[in-house]
Parts: sequence; C-alpha cells; structure tokens
Amino acid sequence: MSVGDVRDTLAPVHLSDYLATSASRFPDRLAAIDPDGTSLTYRELDEQASRIAGFLAEQGVRAGDRVGLVLPKSTAALAAVFGIMQARAAYVPVDWTGPAERLRTILKDCQVRALFLDSSRPELADTAETVIWLGEDRNTSFPPPIFSWDLALQHLPQVVDTSARQPDDLAYILYTSGSTGIPKGVMLTHRNAMRYVDWCSEVFVPSENDRFSSHAPFHFDLSILDIYVPIKHGASVHLIPDELGKSPKDLARFIADRQLTVWYSTPAILGMLAEFGDLDRQDYSQLRLVLFAGEVFPVKQLRRLTSRWPRPAYYNLYGPTETNVCTFARISTPIPEERTEPYPIGWPCSHCAALVVDSDGSAVAVGEEGLLYISGPSVFSGYWNRPKESSAAFLQHNGARWYNTGDVVKQGGDAGFLYVGRRDRMVKRRGYRIELDEIESCLYRHPAIKGAAVVSVPSAESGVRIVSYLAAAENTRPSIVELKGFCNKHLPSYMNPDIFVLVDSLPRTSTNKVDYQALRRTFASGKNSSAIAR
Amino acid sequence: MPGKDVETDNVREEIRQYILAEFLPGESASNLRDDTPLRTGGILDSVSTLAVVDFIEKRYGIEVEAHEAGVENFDSIALIAAFVESKKTLV
Repeated sequence: MSVGDVRDTLAPVHLSDYLATSASRFPDRLAAIDPDGTSLTYRELDEQASRIAGFLAEQGVRAGDRVGLVLPKSTAALAAVFGIMQARAAYVPVDWTGPAERLRTILKDCQVRALFLDSSRPELADTAETVIWLGEDRNTSFPPPIFSWDLALQHLPQVVDTSARQPDDLAYILYTSGSTGIPKGVMLTHRNAMRYVDWCSEVFVPSENDRFSSHAPFHFDLSILDIYVPIKHGASVHLIPDELGKSPKDLARFIADRQLTVWYSTPAILGMLAEFGDLDRQDYSQLRLVLFAGEVFPVKQLRRLTSRWPRPAYYNLYGPTETNVCTFARISTPIPEERTEPYPIGWPCSHCAALVVDSDGSAVAVGEEGLLYISGPSVFSGYWNRPKESSAAFLQHNGARWYNTGDVVKQGGDAGFLYVGRRDRMVKRRGYRIELDEIESCLYRHPAIKGAAVVSVPSAESGVRIVSYLAAAENTRPSIVELKGFCNKHLPSYMNPDIFVLVDSLPRTSTNKVDYQALRRTFASGKNSSAIAR
Repeated sequence: MPGKDVETDNVREEIRQYILAEFLPGESASNLRDDTPLRTGGILDSVSTLAVVDFIEKRYGIEVEAHEAGVENFDSIALIAAFVESKKTLV
C-alpha cells in the first residue's frame, strides 16, 4: 500500500497515524505478537486495520461513532483498535470477563454502533447493529447482521480521508467505577493520548529495537503506553493474555524468552513476580526499563524486585485515567535496607502542570497536604453523557481547566509529591479504581439485604481489603457463599468484597448517616459481628 | 479401596477449611459444599486461586502447572480434591 507513504510526510493528527508512519518506515519489522506466536508485521497490521476500517465504513460507521471491543487480547483485537480509529470512530474496550449486565450497561450507555465479539461472550451480540465475530466457531444461528472477521478482512483497504480530522476528535472511552452504581465513561481524545505518548518518547527514548510488554487489558489505561509508544517508534508489542499474566512463573519465563526490553504493569504483578517468579533462574539482561503505576508499591516488595533485577531503570508513574500519566519519579537502585516509606509520585511530566491546594483553595507550602489538581493537553474532555459530573470534575483557575484528581498529596520538597490517600470513597485494588458506593448499590439490589455499608481496610498482603457490613431483612440470613455469587454476577471480580459481616443494624451517626468510622474501628478491633450485631 | 476414599474425604475437608478461613471468614462449613462453584460462583478469582494452588502444592507435595489452574480443576472442592489425588497417584 502506498497510503502510508503519503501520510508519513504529515504530522500525526490521530493515534492511527503512528501505525501508518511505522508501516512505511519499517514494513517488515514485527509489530505485534500473540503468546501463541501469531504475529503481524507493520505492513500486515496496517493493512488489516485499513481493511477493517473500510468494512466498518461500509457498515455505516461514521466519524465520532463508538465501536465496542469485547475481546481477549490478540493481534486481531489490536488490528480492530486501529481499524476503528482509521474509520474515525472511537473504540470502547470493555472487560470481556466482566458480568454481562455491567457490560450491557456500558455498551448501551455509549450507544456502540458496532461491536467486536468472539465466542467468549455470545450473549452480547444483540447490543449493537453490527457485530464482527472473531474466530472460526461463529454460530450461524445468530440473527444478522453478524459478520465474520475473515469477511471483514476481505474488504478493500480504506483510504483515510484526512481532511476533516482533528486532534480533538474522540479516540476512545475507558469506563471506570462510578459512585452512583453505574460505570462512567472517561472520554479521551487523540490529542490527550498523543501528548502523553510524546512525553514517553522524550523520557524513555524508545527505538525500533525495543520489545514492549503489553500486560494490561485494553480497557485499563496502562494499555495506552503499551500500545502507542511501541507502535509510534516501530518497536514490537508483546501481548500477554489474562491467564499468563496471573501465573508468576510462566510470566517470568515469558519475559526472559521474549527478551523484553520494557516492562509496564501494576506493582501487584511485579510484587508477585519478585516473590514467586524465580527471577534469578533466567537471563533478563535485555530488560532496560521497568515502569509501574496504578497503586503504591510496598517498599519491601520493590526492594526484593530490584535486587533480583538490578539492571533496569525503574519509574513510578502516576495519573488517573482522566489525565493519563501526569507525574513521575525515577527510583534509584539499590534501595537502601533501612528505607520503609513509599516512594513519591514525583514531579509533573512535561505535558502537565500540577497544583496542590488546601480546603480554602489556596496553594499549600512544602510539607503540607492538599488536593492534587492537574492541567494540560493530556487531560480528558469529560465523562460520556454526564455533563454535570464533567463540569464538577474541573476547577477554572488562571485561565486553565484543572482536573481534581481527588488524591491528597504532600508537597515533599526535592522528591516531589508524596501520595497520601483519598478523602472520598474511592479505593484502588490491583490497580483498579473502585467506588465503594458502587458495591453498596449492588448489594442493595439483593432481595434479602435491607442495609449495606462497605469499607476498605489496609492489608499487609494485598494493600486493601474490602469489607461489607450487611443488615438482612427479617427472618432471612443469606449465606456468604450466596452473597459472593450475587456480587460475582453484578460486579467485576476485583470489586467482590473480601469479607461479609452480617449485623442486626448498621451503626449511624447523630445525623443518621452510616457511621463508616465506627465500622472501621470495629473491624480494626477484631470484634466484628458481635460488637455491632447485638 | 476404602482407604483411598477416606483420604479423599480428608483432602476435601482440608481444602474446605482452608477456603473458609481464607476467603469466607464467618461462613459456616455446611454452606460450602463439595460442589459449590468456586471460580464461577465468585468465591475464588484468579488471584485467590493462586493462593489455593500454593496451599495444595505445599500441603500435598505436588506441582501445579499454570494451565492446570483453571476452572476445570478449581471450580469446586470435589474437583480440586480429585485433581490433588490424580497428581499424588502420578508421583
């Protein structure tokens, strides 16, 4: 295809231009590879994406439309991502293992025009007008219009109409836990992602010789670095499926076998690798960068990891989905034996500005705590179809729009910002954001539950544990097994509470609000049910 | 072989006690039956399954391959116990 050559001379406007440029510079280099060895060169990936784009356009997908992805990770899923963007639509990746009801809510909320699906979730085939079915086991009894992936790939490549494209076009929507019980869609434009990717280029200096891990699922914001940084530079993307990602020994072997040069994941995965991965058995001499984000890395685990892998440069990246990564800190190794306090989230990236303000709205001094606000071209445009929450998320200050991260940080002097915690009811677990209120509203839907209060408590092993206190309706006593199953039907697995405590009634404050402090105190005292129940 | 049945019962009971203590604190043993769905019923997720794998590896001196740690062997106490037995027989 000569399309890429033409686009090569232009500055990138959309994320998909990265692929076009690399396809013309490095047509025969490896672009992406599945764990099973299926791989695509840059020319192949670009061609597949262009054919998908052409097919989507023929099916009536237009600029600005949303297209859903309910797929395990694969080179085909990656081609679909680029195909959707080449059709000038926005992709909406969702957790293909998630509860059907939640996925339906999301796909309906953003009104996907088309959907990529495979045999893992056939029941969702009725959520879009057009369905593209991956895999050979397509069930022909589904109502049309369901098209096979192979058919879509037979379409002629789409020549991108570059005239009407803008960097501020919507690129993708990532759904995160919402406090009302309904997930909310974070809208990110091409500019939002590209300014962040440019910063990665500046700091991590990637080249076409790099081999990047792609550990995070596509619906998780870590995937933005995993996908677009390597594709921009002609490097290779090594896709890691969910199953492998959770088996430390296999994962460790995979990193060594593939001679990965850049690793990016949550600290939880790295901690697991350090503990169970037998990291001293293999050769990791190619690994030059280890990046982590999503939650605080316990220093003990980080020390263990850096002693097994002494060579790479370590970076702590911080940023909510709404801003992309916005602050970062280089961790110098080895980590001193006596160090116990967690590493700072550091200073703002070059594409961001940060502001830390106290409750009066005035900037705090060094050593003081305040709420962190972020401004810059990587900050999202708003929540899908939620104008009120979108405007509430921002502060207008000095002629700029500042996003309230909700995170409390401390001005830590030379080291930059230190993460302190939250003032609201959002917690992070395995790198995922969880609104405790979303769990509560799920529990309230259980017919035998008349009161539910969910709290998080610190845990040495897993960071946090989620504890739900429940008051059952008269004469009923749901079993914990049943409650777990109920949550499993309605919530992703990382939101299923660890502990259920049945109580006669929930403790209340003088203003008749649920007394969460009392619940946390009760839990800490270890007296649990007996203390509140009777 | 009556001896083997007794052994299987023991394995089931030990796994039940482990799961109750670790993942269902406060639940009565009678609600966690041999056939209660663990993975598909939300009691174990992929992370807690790792802990169960670690437990049975240490307790019964067996080694579990990653591809064996899925729903087919870990979705109920009966399945896990049968899996442990099959591994022990191989040794």
